Amino acid sequence: MTVAIIGVLVVVIVVILVRRRSRTGRAPQIAAPRAAMPKLLVTEVDNRPTLASLSTKLGASRGVFDRLRSLSGAPNREVLSVVEEILLRSDVGVALTSEILESLSDSHADESVLEHVRTALLQNLNRDRSVKTSSRAEHVPVWLFVGVNGVGKTTTIGKLAQQQRNAGRSVVLAAGDTFRAAAADQLAQWAERTGSDIVRASEGADPGSVVHDAIGRAFARKFDLVLADTAGRRANSSNLLDELAKVRRIADRSPGEVVETFLVLDATTGQNALTQAKEFLASAGVTGIVLTKLDGTARGGIVVAIERELGIPVKFIGVGEGVDDLLVFEPEAFVDSLLGA
Amino acid sequence: MFDALSDRLEKISSGLRSRGRLSDADLDAALGEVRQALLEADVELSVTSAFIAAVRERLQGEALSQSLSPGQQVIKAVHEQLVEVLGGEALKVTYASKPPTVILLAGLQGAGKTTTAAKLANWFKQQGRHPYLIAADLQRPAAVEQLRVLGRSIGVDVYSDSSNPVDVAKKGLKEATRIGRDVVIIDTAGRLSIDQELMNEVKKISKVTEPDYTFLVIDSVTGQDAVHTAKAFHDTLALSGIIVTKLDYDARGGAVLSARGVVGRPVVFAATGEKITDFDLFYPDRMASRILGMGDVLTLIEQAERNVDPDVAAAQASRMMSGEFTLDDFMTQLNQVRKMGSLGGLMKMMPGMSKEMRTAANNVDDGQLNKIEAIIQSMTVRERQNPVIIDGSRRTRIARGSGSSVTAVNQLLNQFTQMKKMMKQMGGGAMPQVPGMGKLSGAVARAQMARGAEVPAGLEALSAGMQAGQRANPPAGGRNNKKKKGGRVTPPKQR
Ligand SMILES: Nc1nc2c(ncn2[C@@H]2O[C@H](COP(=O)(O)OP(=O)(O)OP(=O)(O)O)[C@@H](O)[C@H]2O)c(=O)[nH]1
Ligand SMILES: [Mg+2]
Repeated sequence: MTVAIIGVLVVVIVVILVRRRSRTGRAPQIAAPRAAMPKLLVTEVDNRPTLASLSTKLGASRGVFDRLRSLSGAPNREVLSVVEEILLRSDVGVALTSEILESLSDSHADESVLEHVRTALLQNLNRDRSVKTSSRAEHVPVWLFVGVNGVGKTTTIGKLAQQQRNAGRSVVLAAGDTFRAAAADQLAQWAERTGSDIVRASEGADPGSVVHDAIGRAFARKFDLVLADTAGRRANSSNLLDELAKVRRIADRSPGEVVETFLVLDATTGQNALTQAKEFLASAGVTGIVLTKLDGTARGGIVVAIERELGIPVKFIGVGEGVDDLLVFEPEAFVDSLLGA
Repeated sequence: MFDALSDRLEKISSGLRSRGRLSDADLDAALGEVRQALLEADVELSVTSAFIAAVRERLQGEALSQSLSPGQQVIKAVHEQLVEVLGGEALKVTYASKPPTVILLAGLQGAGKTTTAAKLANWFKQQGRHPYLIAADLQRPAAVEQLRVLGRSIGVDVYSDSSNPVDVAKKGLKEATRIGRDVVIIDTAGRLSIDQELMNEVKKISKVTEPDYTFLVIDSVTGQDAVHTAKAFHDTLALSGIIVTKLDYDARGGAVLSARGVVGRPVVFAATGEKITDFDLFYPDRMASRILGMGDVLTLIEQAERNVDPDVAAAQASRMMSGEFTLDDFMTQLNQVRKMGSLGGLMKMMPGMSKEMRTAANNVDDGQLNKIEAIIQSMTVRERQNPVIIDGSRRTRIARGSGSSVTAVNQLLNQFTQMKKMMKQMGGGAMPQVPGMGKLSGAVARAQMARGAEVPAGLEALSAGMQAGQRANPPAGGRNNKKKKGGRVTPPKQR
């Protein structure tokens, strides 16, 4: 089979290149457009509807919730389409949205639309969200932070370091992002801001050894916790994921013990977050999600699909750039904000 | 995904041909599938609706084509419309008559502005310009330092001080003018569109620097929120265009359409990786294919272009077609393919490959490829040029020389002969008659049609043919079912 595979690849690649070569130099042919396509597809951005706006739309005169509660029985098309819009616009995703709509149209008279949708979403969010801060005896607990570029890993470490300091724990930060320019400087500022220790190396150094050194230092000086930063990486590169798996293995080597691996997800991310979660779960054994940037207009609904499919619990949310802008994830409050209730 | 979409469209539209036009009901059904595909690609809801409405209008009047199935025709229309919206009139960067040309970058936190600023500077440098960078992100810790490091690496000076973003921009611009730089790129802090204070700040920066171009930097993985961000930044800054980042991720990138659709300004550049040089002009047709889930073929093309010399490829193509393809050529090719990445990864990018082929490709590890190389290396030059002369005793010698079995040598030679035959048939335009190629050819044909015949015809037949040949010669000695871990072929480090 191997030869066949190579054969196919070879042929494809050769033919592609030859064709492209023969095309270069030729002027591009532009087909005359038929129905002209508008440049602007939408001129106004609609706000995400909420179940509350639905009740207004339906001419509610009573209190919003009363009205919603009375909106029961098999819902009509208009109701379904508003619910669909709410869910899709929160990035919950097509699959889960269709599922919820289906169950909604089959629903019976004794439940309000609001309650039904709320329950359907919450069903997926029913898990243990405790956070481990301790390790086996004679070990140092390590929290590892992973995720794609720019989601907020380093900032989240700063915030969590502060939170742990407030709880009376001593913290060492490991500047495991040795790839991005000035990443260690960034983390160093957070160390200073939160009164944490930091172990760093020069750019291009081996991330594993930085983490290893941080653990060694924490162990020798009896620090309570190591928070290890890693370089942002795309989730579709087996090289980069392997490298991460290696860092994790090193962090988990005695006296280190990885007690939490946090996947940091950006709430503005759409359906790709599910892929990110799958890949990082497989390569780094993610134990919890931190959903950042919820202070913006994005709702981060994709985490519902992630929790449902992969069972990784969201543990914290980021709500700003300040050191205290971190909250514990609460499913009910989250779902209410998705629904705008 | 594209396969799934086109398959679904095929189902809906079979048996319509006689009517000559798509009926409204069929059109509804087909566009319903398209809508779902766009939403799955993260195209924003209202943009999706508007887009679908435009496609509907276009298709309604259209007579069914003779050569395309109705499903294919829908895809073609969707693809063309996507290219049209994504492309529109292109933005050509012209330089201010009184230099410097000022460029302002803005966007959300984490979109990639700082890296983009450096990439853009490098791009201008390659155009023969003398760029200058201003680090006006005083918000994020070490953002200035990040830009300084990047600036050093590309040999571009960076201005910053610790006053405030507006003053930094103003003073930086003055400095650039003083030292005679002709392009100035201003990096700003990431900000939320609803943060009024910060939006006012960036507006002020824009006011004092009067940029010639203002670009919104947007992350390709963005979801539904893309429209809010794009609209808010456009309303505040009057964008000249959009730069999309992180196109090396496997996201479908519908956000690009959302942003484009709501600001009506062109997407100008695309960032495709972490390296400074992973930066290019934006190609609407690639993006359209990607949103429809056909982007992988394009990635494959790009990787091929990056790793394989087209002249060498051309020479080999002619030998392939004329049946002169030798084991030496095969070795060269094998090494080129290895440079491009894992076989499994490459196979995944190709449309129309059977699941069997994909699984098999996934299971190929470095060891197997090394073994093939060892066998070929144990042959004499004459044997490699003309494998027919390899008789029984030669086979034994080759097996011994390469530390493998005679069965393995036999297998390699059989497969090579098979492959050579297929290649020649392709060259002669003949399609090998093999079972099970219908579905395969369908997928490739559709990709071809949407891409202007970028994918070689006959590829699917070739793949099926080789598989069929393979089945006739089952591999001796157990399949390698090793999980793709550890010692598999790893692509060259990308960073
Ligand atoms: N508004 C808002 N901004 C955030 C939040 N979390 C992080 N950010 C910002 O997002 C940007 C990126 O954050 P980083 O912490 O540098 O992200 P990272 O994942 O470490 O990035 P890389 O190391 O470059 O991959 C910074 O500007 C942060 O200030 C949040 O919860 N809300
Ligand atoms: Mg970081």
